[in-house]
Amino acid sequence: MRIDASGLHYRQLNQQIKAAVAEGETEFELVNVCGHRYLGSGIDQPVNIRVEGIPGNDLGAFMSGPRIRCSGNAQDGIGNTMDDGLVVIPGHAGDVMGYSMRGGCIYVRGNAGYRIGIHMKSYLDKEPVVIIGGRVRDFCGEYLAGGKLIVLGLDQPAGEPLVGKYCATGMHGGTMYVRGEVDPALLRPGVSATEIGDDDRQVLRDLLAPYCAEFSLPLDEIVGGLFVRITPHTARPYGQLYAY
Amino acid sequence: MPLTTVHPQFIIKRDMDLCIQCGVCTRQCSYDAQKIDPEDGRVSSDPRTCVGCQRCVTLCPTGALVVTERELHGRSHPNWSLQVQRAIHRQAESGGMLLTGMGTDKNYRIYWDNLVLNASQVTNPSIDPLREPMELRTFLGAKPERVEFDDEGNPVSQAGPLLTLDTPIMFSAMSYGSISFNACYSLARAAKNAGTYFNTGEGGLHRDLYEYADHAIVQVASGRFGVTPQYLDAAAAVEIKIGQGAKPGIGGHLPGEKVSAEISATRMIPEGSDAISPAPHHDIYSIEDLKQLIYALKEATNYSKPVSVKIAAVNYVVPIAVGAVRAGADIVAMDGTRGGSGATPTVIRDNVGIPIEFALAAVDSRLRQEGIRHQASLVVAGGFRNSADIAKAIALGADAVYIGTSALIALGCHMCQSCYTGKCTWGICTQDPYLTKRLNPEIGTRSLTNLLRAWSLEIKEMLGGMGMNSIDSLRGNREMLRGIGLTTEELEILEVAPVGR
Repeated sequence: MRIDASGLHYRQLNQQIKAAVAEGETEFELVNVCGHRYLGSGIDQPVNIRVEGIPGNDLGAFMSGPRIRCSGNAQDGIGNTMDDGLVVIPGHAGDVMGYSMRGGCIYVRGNAGYRIGIHMKSYLDKEPVVIIGGRVRDFCGEYLAGGKLIVLGLDQPAGEPLVGKYCATGMHGGTMYVRGEVDPALLRPGVSATEIGDDDRQVLRDLLAPYCAEFSLPLDEIVGGLFVRITPHTARPYGQLYAY
Repeated sequence: MPLTTVHPQFIIKRDMDLCIQCGVCTRQCSYDAQKIDPEDGRVSSDPRTCVGCQRCVTLCPTGALVVTERELHGRSHPNWSLQVQRAIHRQAESGGMLLTGMGTDKNYRIYWDNLVLNASQVTNPSIDPLREPMELRTFLGAKPERVEFDDEGNPVSQAGPLLTLDTPIMFSAMSYGSISFNACYSLARAAKNAGTYFNTGEGGLHRDLYEYADHAIVQVASGRFGVTPQYLDAAAAVEIKIGQGAKPGIGGHLPGEKVSAEISATRMIPEGSDAISPAPHHDIYSIEDLKQLIYALKEATNYSKPVSVKIAAVNYVVPIAVGAVRAGADIVAMDGTRGGSGATPTVIRDNVGIPIEFALAAVDSRLRQEGIRHQASLVVAGGFRNSADIAKAIALGADAVYIGTSALIALGCHMCQSCYTGKCTWGICTQDPYLTKRLNPEIGTRSLTNLLRAWSLEIKEMLGGMGMNSIDSLRGNREMLRGIGLTTEELEILEVAPVGR
């Protein structure tokens, strides 16, 4: 189903999509999208949505199943509290991506902004995966409780830090992988950055294979690079703060 | 027990003439304050670990026990009370923040006690609720600015999605995790019985409570625990939790040892891991961001249910509440400084936030001044002790109230403020199966249903006395209130006339 979003309010656009999903439609092509918010929000079917244009904030918020493929950049709040599904961004992504995400994948080919992957968490077979091709800014992986957050640092100018300040503050679960050096000064106490082992490389290969396929990137070359793994010292970072 | 400088807070008196050495006290105490000697079977007490929960006192079959607060020891000092000294000793020993539970025990003025209600005399005769219908039905959500009719006299104005309450009292947010399943179950069933709503707090909705979901307000807090499309779909309303009266501005965390298999499944986090709720929502740094989340939730639920925003009453509660209304909130819930908590740093509980009376009066006034009072309902919380407090709150401008602490007292809470220990002897604020089975959900449901019935009857009685037959006539009707013993400034903020005028 093809929907021309020009002139439509996001509420109208989302209503049209949801009505069609309810009738069994599984393939969507949205054209002339320009800042329409909440695309895919609240949909719990594994439908395919292709977005031509720039989707608005909260793309895929609270969604559980849809596979959304964009044509270029996307804005803030992608995959907010997302339960399942896929979001593919060939360009750059804005701030607060993957906030409290519990499942599904977000693939960004370019860079992402501030507050990426805050408080992602995993549960049973649900494990959120966020992969950023370029670099991220400050507060990445704060309160990380589960899932995988991967920063590849592709196409970056020499000397460009791949993560910003306050990286992994309050992290108490999950794993963050950065392909390249991480200045220890950017990390908060309570986490360690170590070089990866063979197990990690296999994990990365499994996670990166669909990502590389999505963007036609050389998997072997990317997996073979220098990776740093960031993990928390404890799952109980606040255990020592109180008098009982 | 190691040597400590912390003095015991309670004295346990056992009348040896009455004590039959049955050992009930030792089995009831989860704090090791009552012990039984394994050799000779004699019971003894250790006041150093006693929290004053009164469980042993209540269940002692011969009435042999008395637990009282220890008064002064040594020389008294107004600045350095026993409580102050004890806090310093505990912190000197541990180096940690002091934790506590329930609402503040600091002696702040309770302004409800300085407000009195009106009654009819001679003119506008009072109504007897026993013989005339008395309407407590309350609708929460966005209302139309004015009611318009078509040519045939049918109303054409549309209200937003509304919650329908048979009594203007709802159960405040208490999560599964902070309280036991039996407590949650009792609240859910009582809400259904009484035609009102319970609030899940931020701990998700247990699968066995989904059948009560049409009476559930589900929370979306900074931790987003258990927030799934099903959770949002099932609920009657969705509440974004920004703050809580007992701990404005700070987050919370459920320690890993309380994250049992059932809680793990409900919160959707691994068993035994800390459930950390960051202080802010990291996707909300402004009113515009709040609007984005409000509409994200409306989109996710197809605009089919009201979205509430719960904030703590703080200095700038007025612009924040007005901002929330302008951001699209259908309900704004405000929690005053006397509001309760399962675990909160004592220093925050006792020193941050403002009383709900002023927050309510100021917010209601400003919303009316701006002409947007109809766009959202106001729900207030924070230490409502009885039906009179509730009637006064409604007269000050509230649409409904949330009760938390009084509901827990109905379930057996004796206000020992030790909820954070997870050892609640009354089976309310614990996950220990040995303790939780003490709260029978049948009895709990009945107690809560009784409390709501009793308070509703009293509210009807008060309404009838004022010559009103509907709670709507009292709502925001500050003419029905007079202030006693309040300063001019306090009266001005409350927009209430002094007694005698």
